[in-house]
Amino acid sequence: MLNLRSCKLALLTTTAALFATLAMVSAEAQTTLRVVKHSDLKIVDPIWTTAYITRDHGYMIYDTLFATDANNQIKPQMVEKFDLSADKLTYTFTLRGGLLWHDGKPVTAEDCVASIKRWGAKDAMGQKMMSFVKDMPVVDAGTFKIVLSAPTGLVLTALGKPSSAVPFMMPKRVAETSPNEQISDYTGSGPFVFRKDDWKPGDKAVYVKFDKYKPRAEPPSGLAGGKVAKVDRVEWKVVADQQTAVNALIAGEIDFIEQPSHDLLPILRNDGNIKLVDWNPLGNQYAFRFNTTAKPFDNVKIRQALLYAFNQQDFLQATIGDKQYYKVCKALFVCGTPLASDKGMDGLLESNFAKAQALLKEGGYDGTPIVLMHSTDLQVLTNLAPVAKSLMEKAGFKVDMQSMDWQTVVARRAKKDPPAQGGWHAFITSWVSADILNPVSTAFLNSSCDKALFGWPCDTQIEKLRDDFARETDPARHKAIAEAVQVRWTQYPTHIHLGQWYQPGASRKNVDGYVVAPASVFWNISKTGK
Amino acid sequence: MLAYIGRRLLATLPVMAVVAVFVFSMLRLTPGDPASIIAGAAATSQDIVEIRQKLGLDRPIVSQFFIWLGHVLSGDFGESFFYKKQVAELIADRVGPTLSLATLTMALSIVISVPLGVVAAYRQGTWLDRIVMGFSVLGFSVPVFVIGYALIYVFSIRLNWLPVQGYQPLSEGFGGFVQRLILPSLALSVIYIALIARITRTSVLEVLGEDYIRTARAKGLTNRVVLMRHALRNAAVPIVTVIGLGIALLIGGVVVTESVFSIPGLGRLTVDAVLARDYPTVQAVILLFSLAYVLINLLVDVAYPLLDPRIRY
Repeated sequence: MLNLRSCKLALLTTTAALFATLAMVSAEAQTTLRVVKHSDLKIVDPIWTTAYITRDHGYMIYDTLFATDANNQIKPQMVEKFDLSADKLTYTFTLRGGLLWHDGKPVTAEDCVASIKRWGAKDAMGQKMMSFVKDMPVVDAGTFKIVLSAPTGLVLTALGKPSSAVPFMMPKRVAETSPNEQISDYTGSGPFVFRKDDWKPGDKAVYVKFDKYKPRAEPPSGLAGGKVAKVDRVEWKVVADQQTAVNALIAGEIDFIEQPSHDLLPILRNDGNIKLVDWNPLGNQYAFRFNTTAKPFDNVKIRQALLYAFNQQDFLQATIGDKQYYKVCKALFVCGTPLASDKGMDGLLESNFAKAQALLKEGGYDGTPIVLMHSTDLQVLTNLAPVAKSLMEKAGFKVDMQSMDWQTVVARRAKKDPPAQGGWHAFITSWVSADILNPVSTAFLNSSCDKALFGWPCDTQIEKLRDDFARETDPARHKAIAEAVQVRWTQYPTHIHLGQWYQPGASRKNVDGYVVAPASVFWNISKTGK
Repeated sequence: MLAYIGRRLLATLPVMAVVAVFVFSMLRLTPGDPASIIAGAAATSQDIVEIRQKLGLDRPIVSQFFIWLGHVLSGDFGESFFYKKQVAELIADRVGPTLSLATLTMALSIVISVPLGVVAAYRQGTWLDRIVMGFSVLGFSVPVFVIGYALIYVFSIRLNWLPVQGYQPLSEGFGGFVQRLILPSLALSVIYIALIARITRTSVLEVLGEDYIRTARAKGLTNRVVLMRHALRNAAVPIVTVIGLGIALLIGGVVVTESVFSIPGLGRLTVDAVLARDYPTVQAVILLFSLAYVLINLLVDVAYPLLDPRIRY
């Protein structure tokens, strides 16, 4: 009897130990990547807002028909194959087999058509593309067509655009939500699933690996290629204070900071457990935006004066400081990309104050103070306006620099009131380079008057060239048109680019596989140890 | 007493009404437009107009106010412009961390500062008194965030004893809960320890010269009994007043502390909501803070007769 009891006890103990071990192994096998993004995820509809944090959320849970690879080429993503008819008017797209939504239902052509329609109604480039679209018939569950009214090279460029607003595919029931309403169903077909119940705004957003995601066979390249989720869970932690985020990274409480401020990089560089990651080599571009409806910036001569008065070096040095993280670049469409060119830029952006003064005189500048909005709460912008003020004053402008927080700038820039009555003349911002790689996607070049972005430039020549670019299907001609846009822009400046700057991320050394792309994405990343 | 409490509670209504009007007006007068913020960098003027209509911000301000007031009176604080969540739900998520931080901070402050103040008074003029008063000056002078960073550097980075940041709810384990609250509570309590210790010392010093203390000593009571039962109790009214004020002032302190230690509490919610011009959230949080302030004051007033029977309402 005693032996039987002992055997039972031993069996129970062994079983319990086995289960405990299995549980531990299972717990250990769960890898969680803890990330501090550049901002808190507030809005989760990537079509409704162009906020970058929402775009990045989109890349976590949604997939795209096409994507931009590391060489800035558009590659099929959800699409298995596509062809263009001989008259260049009909695209036929066939989806890859086995693509599933997070609820287990198959991705269909109907879903994709509905998604394109919603995105095309909201996004500026989407609207441009849709202006060529006559029809989008569904052929079968996995095939649909885009029938054009005129040939355009814009279809693949727009469907594969890398940055806001990205044409993410959503289930038809979700995509049928009005583009002016936010979606409330977050079912995607991307490599991660959004855990809505674990989303604590101001604290964290949680994503778990989608086990049934079918990645492409190719290795990842930019935002294209195989999206293989190598960690089980990704947590976007909100750490508002940069110093605290750096401390948490050093202590191993988090794995990656997407955008540590430049002044903290030396601390991170000196820590043996941390590496800096150049995840977005295209970087960003500063831009000085004119209000072309307000005197004196309604006069092109006055705007051109600033093209001569400014130089990029002063702005970049004052803000970024470390030459490793900035580049003087005269190309409007970003240095190192297919459409980059210096055409028309001779003598510009070199602080030629004599020429600037001559242009001011020629333009009849009457000494009206320029209301320059100065954003004071975003470190990467704070020092720019004082530099602009100094250079403008050297050229002969009077400048009324008004300091305010960025959200006030954002609200005020939408106002068309006269500058002295709550309006504005100019402000400085920054674009992710991926958003400004061609004349159509560069929002500040939109010169369609009232329909243009704040600043409201109005120029038929620029608009015609942008239309030509959209219609053109030959990449060689694209370059020529982009150069023509750049030349016209020197005659009718809509904004002034103030140089490129780069933002490395900071990672623990046990995390590898960061994808080099214009958006920070988390497939292909693996983590060893704790 | 009950009648007094009833009268005071009724008096909170006009106070809250004034706060409601003030907060609503101030927010609308502040530059900034939530619609522009929501729309993002590449939005057109038309996009912004559509969002403004959607949020009801195109209506006259008076109309917006009465719609909001009507909802508040029916217990509905509305929906956050940004998170598309009910404001009440957002606040409920954030109350726990702030309440935990505030409770531990005040507990630490009281437990440390009152004995320090009593000892400093009892040993007036000695090195002990000077150390306590020196610490008190230091506590007043050093900003919370500096203390926070210093504590993080020593205890988290150098010694690796405690986490740098974050919050863990009590339901997920007591150890983790306390571990994550020690440093922020300590950082935040320094100023209150300084304040309460100083007031306690002054108050006890005043009482120690009274006749009844001499009588107590003449009866042969020990120093401990004289100090704790006779001196401290009679000195309690100003101390309780300062503690009450301290709790109310914590509202400001938690904003900084929650940022430095990345605690998702009401302070951070307030800052984020103000920066984003999330009107419904800011209005609800400030109303809540105001209500808390009024109630804390009421509790302090109610405590007076319990501590000093000579006080009657």
